[in-house]
Amino acid sequence: MKERLRRTMMFVPGNNPSMMQDAHIYGPDSIMLDLEDSVTMAQKDAARFLVYNALKTIKYGKTETVVRINPLSTPYGAKDIEAVVRAGVQVIRMPKTETKEEVLEVEREIARVEKEIGVPVGKTLIMAAIEGALGVINAYQIATASPRMMGIALGAEDYCANLKTSRTKEGVELMLARQTIVVAARAAGIAALDTVFSDLNDMETFENEVRLIKNMGFDGKSIINPRQIEIVNKIFAPTEREILKAKDILAAIEEAKAKGSGVVSLNGKMVDKPVVIRAERTIQMALACGVITEDEIGGEI
Amino acid sequence: MLKTATAGTLESGDIMIEIIPNNGSGIDIRLDSIVSHQFGKQIKNVITQVLREYGVDGVTVNATDKGALDCTIVARTTVAVCRAKDCDTNWQEANK
Repeated sequence: MKERLRRTMMFVPGNNPSMMQDAHIYGPDSIMLDLEDSVTMAQKDAARFLVYNALKTIKYGKTETVVRINPLSTPYGAKDIEAVVRAGVQVIRMPKTETKEEVLEVEREIARVEKEIGVPVGKTLIMAAIEGALGVINAYQIATASPRMMGIALGAEDYCANLKTSRTKEGVELMLARQTIVVAARAAGIAALDTVFSDLNDMETFENEVRLIKNMGFDGKSIINPRQIEIVNKIFAPTEREILKAKDILAAIEEAKAKGSGVVSLNGKMVDKPVVIRAERTIQMALACGVITEDEIGGEI
Repeated sequence: MLKTATAGTLESGDIMIEIIPNNGSGIDIRLDSIVSHQFGKQIKNVITQVLREYGVDGVTVNATDKGALDCTIVARTTVAVCRAKDCDTNWQEANK
């Protein structure tokens, strides 16, 4: 499913069976089984086969399954694609993506395996992690490289190394990359996902960072620990006040429709189209987060 | 031609599989498991099945289990076999 709730994408090392079998129990929207940085070169084959068997056997329920593969430029990338497409993964996450040509190469490999095993070509989605200056410059080309693209994500550690800087609590070094990724994702009609925050002893900075990226327009955040899920979900859930306001706006639209009026007004003020779109999105997010039910809003919006 | 090979770890939820050629003395599985009383037979069956699917005979298997699921046992045994045979994964076998 290309469009869905993606507030949290939890990283799980691909060679750790215990974490792999429990990860979805904590309720992340997506889990990302990692075959890349968290797996040593000597264990790439073992992790690949473990992820393959986990995907084929474990029922992840509503949790979206994502696998981060090794780059195709390594001896592991093509084998990773072969394994995870055969296992029926929903999304392949490309690391360190810099050009649209890299996406097209991955797409060709996926399509080859899909044809071989007889699944509809195009079923497996792709997301790309942007982890360098060139990737940020090419963000829109990457985001629109293939109809399989479901999202682009920022990988901040490599990006900072590439920029010859390091991460700060305020995140000033990431501002351009974050804004570029959100704008490129929105222009392409796909999801924008923020980078991980690794210091589990500093939940205050984590919380501030989640607020920042939510306000910037991101759909969600990559996370490394189940403890981070609740904080992200709390910040992304619309507040009671926002929901009430959205309900009033939608009621005003219904009222205007009933009167046959093209102009919608609420409390004496005209309601513009962007306000309506925002109200609809608030209700959709509140429904998706389980803050309200369909009954409360009288069916579909 | 087989060589000695291992796969897996001793972490909780995992299993360590060591395959040692035994000069054609059949399949001999030596299992050390925290749940052997309840699941020992099942674990040995899963290991044996993977060995048969890959046509492996004449091996001693030292299996140290830390409560692995069947899918993990299959994965670790398959990788140990591939390493012992010095070959890549056979996806046709894996897809069975």
